[in-house]
Amino acid sequence: MLHNAENFASHFFVLGNPMIYGADVSILLVIFGIVFVLTYYKKWGWLWREWLTTVDHKKIGIMYLIAALLMLFRGGVDAILMRTQLIMPNMSFLKAQHYNEIFTTHGTIMILFMAMPFIFAMMNIVVPLQIGARDVAFPYLNAISFWLFFFAAMLLNISFVIGGSPDAGWTSYPPLAGITFDKGPGENFYLLALQITGIGSMATGINFFVTIMKMRAPGMTLMRMPLFTWSVLAASIIIIFAFPVLTVALTLLLLDRLAGAHFFTIFDGGNPMMYVNLFWMWGHPEVYIVVLPAFGIFSEVVATFSRKRTFGYASMVASMIAIAVISFFTWVHHFFTMGAGPGVNSFFAVATMIIAIPTGVKVFNWLFTMYQGRIKMHLPMLWAIAFIPNFAIGGATGVMLSVAPADYQYHNSYFLIAHFHQVLIGGTVFGMLAGMYYWWPKMFGIILNERLGRWAFWFFNIGFYVCFLPQYWLGWMGMTRRMYTYSTGMGWSLWNFISTIGAYMMGIGFVFIVIEVGYSILYGERDLTGDPWDGRTLEWSLPSPAPHYNFARIPEIAGRDAWWTIKEARRKGDPVVESKPFKPIHMPNDSGRPFVLSVLFFVFGFSMVFTWYPLAFVAFLGILISLILRSFEYHTDHTLSVEEIRHTEEAYGRV
Amino acid sequence: MAMADFLVKAPSAGRGPIEYTHEDDALRIFGFWVFIATDMVLFASLFATYAVLYRHVGHGPGPLQIFDVTGFATETFILLTSSFTCGLSTYSMHRGQKGWMMAWMVVTILLGISFISFELSEFITDVAQGATLQTSAFLSAFFTLVGTHGAHVSLGIVWMTLILIQLAIRDLTPTTARKAFVVSLYWHFLDIVWIFIFTIVYLLGEMS
Amino acid sequence: MKRNQARTFALLTALAGTSLLLPGCGEQVLVFNPVGPVGMIEKQIMVLTIIMVSIVVIPVMILLWIIVARYRDKPNNRAPYRPEWSENRILEIIWWSIPIIIIGILATFTVQKTFALVRPPNKVVNPLTIQVTSLDWKWLFQYPGQKIATVNYCEIPSNRPIEFVLTSNAPMNSFWVPQLGGQEYTMPGMAMKLWLEADKPGVYYGSGANFSGEGFAHMHFNVIARPAGEFNHWVQKIQSTAPPLSLQRYAILARRTIVQPMSFSTNQPGLFEKIVSQDGGMYMRRDLTRGKINSQAGTD
Repeated sequence: MLHNAENFASHFFVLGNPMIYGADVSILLVIFGIVFVLTYYKKWGWLWREWLTTVDHKKIGIMYLIAALLMLFRGGVDAILMRTQLIMPNMSFLKAQHYNEIFTTHGTIMILFMAMPFIFAMMNIVVPLQIGARDVAFPYLNAISFWLFFFAAMLLNISFVIGGSPDAGWTSYPPLAGITFDKGPGENFYLLALQITGIGSMATGINFFVTIMKMRAPGMTLMRMPLFTWSVLAASIIIIFAFPVLTVALTLLLLDRLAGAHFFTIFDGGNPMMYVNLFWMWGHPEVYIVVLPAFGIFSEVVATFSRKRTFGYASMVASMIAIAVISFFTWVHHFFTMGAGPGVNSFFAVATMIIAIPTGVKVFNWLFTMYQGRIKMHLPMLWAIAFIPNFAIGGATGVMLSVAPADYQYHNSYFLIAHFHQVLIGGTVFGMLAGMYYWWPKMFGIILNERLGRWAFWFFNIGFYVCFLPQYWLGWMGMTRRMYTYSTGMGWSLWNFISTIGAYMMGIGFVFIVIEVGYSILYGERDLTGDPWDGRTLEWSLPSPAPHYNFARIPEIAGRDAWWTIKEARRKGDPVVESKPFKPIHMPNDSGRPFVLSVLFFVFGFSMVFTWYPLAFVAFLGILISLILRSFEYHTDHTLSVEEIRHTEEAYGRV
Repeated sequence: MAMADFLVKAPSAGRGPIEYTHEDDALRIFGFWVFIATDMVLFASLFATYAVLYRHVGHGPGPLQIFDVTGFATETFILLTSSFTCGLSTYSMHRGQKGWMMAWMVVTILLGISFISFELSEFITDVAQGATLQTSAFLSAFFTLVGTHGAHVSLGIVWMTLILIQLAIRDLTPTTARKAFVVSLYWHFLDIVWIFIFTIVYLLGEMS
Repeated sequence: MKRNQARTFALLTALAGTSLLLPGCGEQVLVFNPVGPVGMIEKQIMVLTIIMVSIVVIPVMILLWIIVARYRDKPNNRAPYRPEWSENRILEIIWWSIPIIIIGILATFTVQKTFALVRPPNKVVNPLTIQVTSLDWKWLFQYPGQKIATVNYCEIPSNRPIEFVLTSNAPMNSFWVPQLGGQEYTMPGMAMKLWLEADKPGVYYGSGANFSGEGFAHMHFNVIARPAGEFNHWVQKIQSTAPPLSLQRYAILARRTIVQPMSFSTNQPGLFEKIVSQDGGMYMRRDLTRGKINSQAGTD
């Protein structure tokens, strides 16, 4: 009996590694800390009422943002550990298995649990405000999306201390990730966590597509929409068509692992290449899902801080749509060297290059938005400007990689690593940070400290080049990705050393952001105007933070840059008087069910990881019952009275 | 037919079909159309997988050995009929005939159940002959594709039953009408997917 | 302070730009020091693309610097300010067409070379066939013509085309010898071909490029190119001194281990074909199997 328990524990918990014991202790301490603080300050009720049950897109956006920053920390620590292992040849800081788990979770977390929630944070907070809507089309579904993502992230992260992390790379190619070569539960964690968050992402895509298509304020035609909203529309379309493919790829691999099916095994007719195809049919569009919203943010930031209209609006829109469409025809460039014929390789090489055309046009349009403007170097603009050279190099190396015959020398090397970090950090992360600084006042009513922000910026930005430019060289020198160690004599040592220093600098940059946020919450400048940057789009017409119903009166839109136009009219002494009477507002009810439903999904996923089918069945029944209960729920919204609205607006001084 | 109305008239104009009375309901129907798009991509991926693997029979039986012509012909006939009765239910709804509407829904559900029974018995026969999910890539792809459709239909049966109960309790209102309309869209969609399964899996399987 | 930042920034971007323009200085930058025809062509393509993309990247950097410096919001900035200026047909036509032209040129070139490089090199006189199998975590090289085998190193004659036929009896990997030319995946159940050639004798670094599990980082090997005479001498030496490659021996090799380089005086005829077909090779299209596995070329 005791022996059985011991045996179970040694497989269930990850034992024997001091670093993981440290993680166990710190996780327990953090949990105790949170429980203690919530109990001591009697905040449990507040947490439940204000956050866990909310369907307000602004609060959901804030929760996404917090989760994304936490995951950026987790993924960043992974990166620091890897770079420390590679700082010198023959290091024994990490063992091979441990290193493999770390680069797998690093990639998985950064793409699916950092970049995705970060763009969802921005979408949630901004899109309804930019188009003059009260909320997203399906607020309840929106809450489900968030909690599914959240518990999926927990599921993946818990694998670090329970059961063991996935170790077949974030792409998880079979047969390596199949049951023959990878018995442990780690891969199951990967498959189920991604599956659960994938459902949430798909729902978010549908939600924002409907929101933007159907809920724009009167007068806001498609060609009057702010470019960020356009970028979200494009990204949503990609989500709708790409994520189901991921769902299928993951399900089939899970069937292989748990049910003994033969989709991607090498026996009985399975075909591992089919997984590779399915994975990248999602995987490549996914890159554009995370980068297009960043493009949108840069468009907003560049126009606002240059105090000028966006140059070439129509081209900007056309580029995004072109990118969204072509992104579905490039997936084979992830495996040019897998033996597809020259015809196939040529098609996908050329399609990939074609994407560079609209992207290049966007860069020129951003430059000429600044041209003959008046550039204010606030933090969001700093990140936007730093993005341009960064992305120019990243784009250029992307074109180099797309040349199929040359890719035979770049593929799987550090050249590739440097390239995609350059576009994903230089594009997505810089974009999301720019967006975070830009909309932070709108979210919290606080302007983040400029001085600390500049320290963070310079450390992160210089650190970035120090970290990744050497990696292009390493790739040319023959160093392949995912090596946990290397020997002397290849000339790699110096460049690896420099690269690691760069990674540390980026880490310091992140620490500065944390300090900055903490400092600003305590002592930061408050935004009382609602429009701290002299903005151009509708979200700046609202007080900061915006009231929960967003717009007391739905605005009428007469052109692009709706809020700028109104301000211009006022500056010319033509006061646009808001004289229409208030009307009652329909608001969705808060609900605890999305939270409960997602907990059930977590239980389902966790028990599937360890193939505890009875428990999985119970959780599945629970999921069905919560869906049925929702179907029978008819009082899903309430009405805000005119008095309540007037009262709130008076408190903001806006009547 | 309902769709044609939807396309001509503004969704929230108030004089459209009953399920489009409220703007909220119109939004949900539009959202459901988008959901169907995602589901279509899901099935497309499964079809692609099937197309890649259907010759990979390993040591197991091929399509000719396990497909039963009368079986899948019956299934097809039942499902197509259920789609027709489902359409009749929507038609009655637009005419405000709640009784007929519910009656046709019951018929649809019964047809759905018999479809699932036939499919299950087909699967059971296959497994009894040793043709299981674990036998070969072809069978993995076959059971997964057809099974996913079957799971969808089963979910549709449960869902339609729930709507039926709600109609009985709450009468025909714009909200219940919207719910009934959405489940009927789902049902027709599954019918279309079946036509592809019928053609690509069964017919081509028989010809191979 | 602000002025300084702009300078640092410009310096950085300039640095970033030049680092891309100075490829292939040291000998250790393998892909820019090719010794074979395939590697040479790849290097040419790489240099060409670097030049082509620079045509866009460098002006962007310069423009960015000029614009940011000139249109900063400073009290006495006399530069024009036109807040409503947002359309210019001619400018937009210019920067739609520049990338289109560049991509057009690159695309033509890419298609040409993609087709050219899958064909065997022009002077296929007397090629040598080497059957490569990636195992966990080692490389097995079998010489069907010479009837010998090696592990974790291989020797080739210089100035003679080598037809590497690749498969895997473990998770997929990728066979990469940077100085001879590109890489190609080794896949279970498939046999894929990679033509390489060394123009001069030397020791060239090769490695597995696709992650294959715990011992992946140790899957490197040397490709040793020698003049034909020396190569034949080496073959004879292996044939006479090394132990044979029995099936038991192979079974031990196939286990998940990391091993030192080894040599075997015999190969296992039919072993390579068996590995390919047991892992799904029977579903490969005919031309793939016939053309590649049963290649009879390379016998001396």
